[in-house]
Amino acid sequence: MSVQKAPDLKNPLPRGPLPVFPPERMAKTIEITLDGRKVTVAEGTTLLEAARSAGIDTPTLCFLETLTPVNVCRICVVEVEGSRALVPACSRKAEAGMAVRTDSERVRLSRRLVLELLASSVDVSTAPQIQEYMRRYGAKPERFGAAGHAETVAQPVKIDNELYVRDYAKCILCYKCVEACGVDAQNTFAIAVAGRGFGARISTEYNVPLPDSACVYCGNCIGVCPTGALMFRSEHGMRKAGDWDETRQTRTDTICPYCGVGCTLTVHTQDEKIVKVTSPLEQPITRGNLCIKGRFGWEWINQK
Amino acid sequence: MVDPRRTSSAQWAERWLGLNVGSDIALANAVAREILAAGLQNREFIENATSGFEEFRAHVQKYTLEHAEKTCGVPAETIRELAHGYARAGRAQICWTLGITEHRNGVDNVLALINLALLTGHVGRYGSGLNPLRGQNNVQGGGDMGALPDRLPGFQHVENDELRGKFERAWGVKIPAQRGWHLSGMFDAMERGQLKALYVIGENPAHSESDQHRTQKLLEGLDILVVQDTLMTRTAEMAEVVFPAAAGWCESDGTVTNSERRVQRVRKALAPPAGVRDDIEILCALARAMGKDLGQPSAEELWNELRALSPMHAGMSYARLANAQGLQWPCYDETHPGEQYLHGRLWERPVIGPLAPFSCVEDVPPADALDEEYPVRLTTGRRLDSYNTGVQSSRYASPGRREETLDISAEDGKAWGVVEGERVRVLSRRGAVEAPVRFDAGLRAGLAFLTFHFPEQVATNELTVDAVDPKSGTSEFKATAVRIEKISGAAKG
Amino acid sequence: MDLHFTNAAATPEEKAAIDAVVERNGGEAPRRSLLLAVLHAIQNRAGWISPGALNYACGLLGVPPAEGFGVADFYALFSTREQAPAVAHICDDVACRARGAEKLCVEMEKEHGPAGTNCDGKMWRRSPCLGMCERAPAAFVTVAGPQATEQALGAAHAADIEAALQGKRFPAGGAGASAPQWGQKAEQGRLKLLRRVGQTNPDSIEAFRDAGGFAALERALALGPAAVLAEVIESKLAGRGGAAFPTGLKWKSAREGAAPRYLVCNADESEPGTFKDRVLMEGDPFALVEAMIIAGFAAGCERGYIYLRGEYPEARRQLERAIRECSKHGFLGGNILGKSLRFEIEVCIGAGAYICGEETALLNSIEGRRGEPRNKPPFPTQAGLFGRPTVINNVETLLNIPHIVLEGGKAFAGTGTERSTGTKLFCLSGHVARPGVYEAPFGITLRELLEMAGGIGGTGKLQAVLVGGAAGAFLAPGELDTPLTFEGLRGAGAALGSAVVIPLDDSVDLRDVLLGIGGFFRDESCGQCVPCRVGTVRQEEILRRLAAGKPMGSVASELAVLKEVGQVMRDASICGLGQTASSAVESALSKFAIFKGRT
Repeated sequence: MSVQKAPDLKNPLPRGPLPVFPPERMAKTIEITLDGRKVTVAEGTTLLEAARSAGIDTPTLCFLETLTPVNVCRICVVEVEGSRALVPACSRKAEAGMAVRTDSERVRLSRRLVLELLASSVDVSTAPQIQEYMRRYGAKPERFGAAGHAETVAQPVKIDNELYVRDYAKCILCYKCVEACGVDAQNTFAIAVAGRGFGARISTEYNVPLPDSACVYCGNCIGVCPTGALMFRSEHGMRKAGDWDETRQTRTDTICPYCGVGCTLTVHTQDEKIVKVTSPLEQPITRGNLCIKGRFGWEWINQK
Repeated sequence: MVDPRRTSSAQWAERWLGLNVGSDIALANAVAREILAAGLQNREFIENATSGFEEFRAHVQKYTLEHAEKTCGVPAETIRELAHGYARAGRAQICWTLGITEHRNGVDNVLALINLALLTGHVGRYGSGLNPLRGQNNVQGGGDMGALPDRLPGFQHVENDELRGKFERAWGVKIPAQRGWHLSGMFDAMERGQLKALYVIGENPAHSESDQHRTQKLLEGLDILVVQDTLMTRTAEMAEVVFPAAAGWCESDGTVTNSERRVQRVRKALAPPAGVRDDIEILCALARAMGKDLGQPSAEELWNELRALSPMHAGMSYARLANAQGLQWPCYDETHPGEQYLHGRLWERPVIGPLAPFSCVEDVPPADALDEEYPVRLTTGRRLDSYNTGVQSSRYASPGRREETLDISAEDGKAWGVVEGERVRVLSRRGAVEAPVRFDAGLRAGLAFLTFHFPEQVATNELTVDAVDPKSGTSEFKATAVRIEKISGAAKG
Repeated sequence: MDLHFTNAAATPEEKAAIDAVVERNGGEAPRRSLLLAVLHAIQNRAGWISPGALNYACGLLGVPPAEGFGVADFYALFSTREQAPAVAHICDDVACRARGAEKLCVEMEKEHGPAGTNCDGKMWRRSPCLGMCERAPAAFVTVAGPQATEQALGAAHAADIEAALQGKRFPAGGAGASAPQWGQKAEQGRLKLLRRVGQTNPDSIEAFRDAGGFAALERALALGPAAVLAEVIESKLAGRGGAAFPTGLKWKSAREGAAPRYLVCNADESEPGTFKDRVLMEGDPFALVEAMIIAGFAAGCERGYIYLRGEYPEARRQLERAIRECSKHGFLGGNILGKSLRFEIEVCIGAGAYICGEETALLNSIEGRRGEPRNKPPFPTQAGLFGRPTVINNVETLLNIPHIVLEGGKAFAGTGTERSTGTKLFCLSGHVARPGVYEAPFGITLRELLEMAGGIGGTGKLQAVLVGGAAGAFLAPGELDTPLTFEGLRGAGAALGSAVVIPLDDSVDLRDVLLGIGGFFRDESCGQCVPCRVGTVRQEEILRRLAAGKPMGSVASELAVLKEVGQVMRDASICGLGQTASSAVESALSKFAIFKGRT
């Protein structure tokens, strides 16, 4: 078949030059004022990035480094001098000379109200981050009234497959799952936002069960969900039984045992059993995204 | 996208080239000829970095677009578009999986693709290159560590006296100076009675090898079969001795290497069940039982021994691997960043080291030819939620998992008078299986598809051919001639 | 894309309706932008969007079915559940409410049962403002089937609505009749925007030309795009849709971006109490086409879209006819008036979503998406329709263009005030003697305007004037001398908005009006951002408790929370809807003692 003589592979190839990468475009730097401090940032930097690099902790809910900002939760709003309304730090880019206040009265009021509006309408019991923000901003959702006074998104949990549950009573409509299911990661488009206004919700077409939808069970939606609305069935079951105890859990980073992509798995174990698998956003290969085998294909370890 | 099946990836592609199974070289050579005919080759690169170009140019002259259209079943115009698109691209990569390698001429298939990269200079530069996508999390690492018939760790050739000598001095033993057998070579050796004892670690050949009847017969004929695995596989069931082993990815420490040569740390998250031991522990205990005390080295100590002997791994300390989320070899010292792409030496002038040779490879049809008796081309592959012989993946409840089906086109179904869900018999020259039929819009008439994820249900590898690539030892899993029979009625197809 | 569909299949009738739309539109725009038109076709044929029809449509257009469902489920005129094929939408907004809408609803309920229930293939439901305020109460009746009808009925009676539900076709209401002109007949000559409305046959391109039509286009082509742009900048024309952005600057900014660029006419006139654009489109459709050709020429856009609200069937008929006629006569297409000018216009029909009047939500809607506003920046002039530089102008804004071209920017700026130039159309409805569209120079006071319309109607005793619609503010009887300019109203803590003026007499219970406005914003919030999605609900809940006299805690504490909700909606919402959702409520609370026990 091959008439060419194969090269002599017995001798190792000599060392070549180091790889060369395309030069990064040199971003111009601009100066802005953050809470009265002059800060120099690269052009194109968002106010959120600028604040973070200046050590200012800005709360976020719908923002995630790996997803396109949708700026819908409005908890990251900051005050920009000359702007009538507050602006979302997650997506607004810094402009030269911009004067930004990240912790003014107006900003604090908006953040507190956003948290109160959410917590008065959504079950945030499995959203530790929201609870932490609520403490920080002194949010009192009960001001809008107890059940019966304030409309909520309470509804039964959707359990339509063996792998994960959807508890939309805990959904703050941050759009992250839709983005992860769509062009930002999986390109499966099994879910989208349907309805409108307070009735807006995450849904498959005509609310069909997941097994009838386009879902491929990558679970990347679970990976980005900030409230526990999307949850491993194993975790959901353990929580219901009162067995879920994060103080007894260990997280270990390892590599997925399946294909050759090499996704990092963070294995969560409790009492020498795997209870769930996540993947860190920082992993350089798929940035926190997994497929069905990596996220759910570990059951055999518990069965051994 | 080049694939006999219109897969999900093909649905996303701008163009899909649904070529006939096993016609890859006809396609690649035609692409090469078209690039040359249009004058789109990278003359500077060819002149300075390659050898054998003139022979190659002459060789591909007969691979016209028309010839390729006939052989591959892909319109000539689409092939022309592919050739021009690839040659004109600023950066281009060729990625492939087992559809290229699981053929009796799998190595030639790869050489044909290499030719295209050499012709256009799409190699050795950022964003370009040739990427075999690996099917297992450590198939690359196995090769890195010397699990090849002719290599020591770090791809150092066992027949190179100097390199072998380095290992002999470090280990204080004599290493056989000749290459061994690859997998299919071992089965041939069993057949000849030369190989009588087999120690299998983490593999299930009784289900995964082609021509399963022959495989299992040969395994049964061994004097002793030892299997070391995490679960009781079919192969383990046949063994005289079984060592229950810890799961490499979560019950022990170590490294794996992914498709992009990234060496990554795996870590112990769980203690293995009682009676189950780490691979290293088993091997050392075995050595001790055989009279050699290797001590009780940790995974890191063994890794550091490798670093001392394999230059491409020398710079990869455990600390660096953890901090950098893995490093890509070669990584020669602790200041070396690892290399995101290889072969940059071909762009140095003069080229560092040997020139890259063009290979004149011919199109050879699959060994298992279609004829009147076996007119249907069966190809095998994977489904998203399952993995190889299903040892691990069959144990979680995937909502998308169906029972194994024989996938065919609706057109064939109609012609053969079978409906979806109907069980049919699939016969090859080696065996027969039964499976329910499913119509797949991604398949065209004459093409059928099975996986080997459910060997207990459908023993697909009873059908496949043991035609082996003499260079790689890989069987032609991708091309089997079969016929489909209705179970109740007369033979059809 | 690799799309997955359920097994649901379309009926042959649904398929035919979908195919007809797709075949009609073979243009170069992304196929997805046909989604709304296709959904309309399904809704009109079958009376609802069935899973099978949606699967078929999504397959043809390359839209994931979950997304297609999300779009269909967003718009009020589409139903994703099977419903009666004949539907009467009864407007119960401020102006209609002041003129008997509630009585009509009671009659409908008597005849057809509760709103939203299928009664022998017919049903009724309440609707936000239908833009027929001068002929209140208004109804919009749709009947699905092979011969689908869509009719807007003014001064609607239950009997007419019943007949329409049974398929009877009423002659289109003469637009002229509903558009009282500026002052008396003697003042005809002073009208600019309205001068042809009710005077010139809107069906006839010849009549339009005889009445001075296309003179501005010819002059514009002679001047060249740069000169036209310069005149528009000099005219200081400000957008009439509500935001009052300088039109010339918008064009200039878009022109600086790379082609292809788009011109979008915002005809999604949905601000409660607004109907001026409908009157213009029904009464002088060719003028809008002419204005758009000039705008496209000056701003460098080769393609124009008119996004028309779905409740304006007559305006649609007029515009589509005008576009056809103009194409036939060489005013649209590849070689306009023999010059190498290319311009085409497409009409996109909205489907019942107030939010789509917000310019970026409108763009998403044209693209076949949910009408969710985009974050700005980038502004549409930088990245608008299909990501290209886009000029978005309101109908009335565009209709000023021919006048600016003919009389020059300087002369145009001579009318009105320094900062509000030209004339303005005011939409008068509610308790006014002669409701209708009035054209007057900027600077006219509220008192003068009301006098022009014959003074206060109803009981004759003015309680309050709602200016600017649901997103506007209330003025008290003591504020009638406020000049109606952008700056004058801002000074009074209000905004001109779309120039809605609804006087309410002393028989009106302002609590009901506020509850209506609260309910309107709750229903019309797109749901994207938290402050608006939840804030509009909380605002309405508090208003409801206060109106019922059952405050949680004290009235004062309820009002304090209401104020905070209002502020966060204004401060932190993505778009103008949320940012103005509390303005009418807040202005009413600050000016009138509405809730007892207020401190």
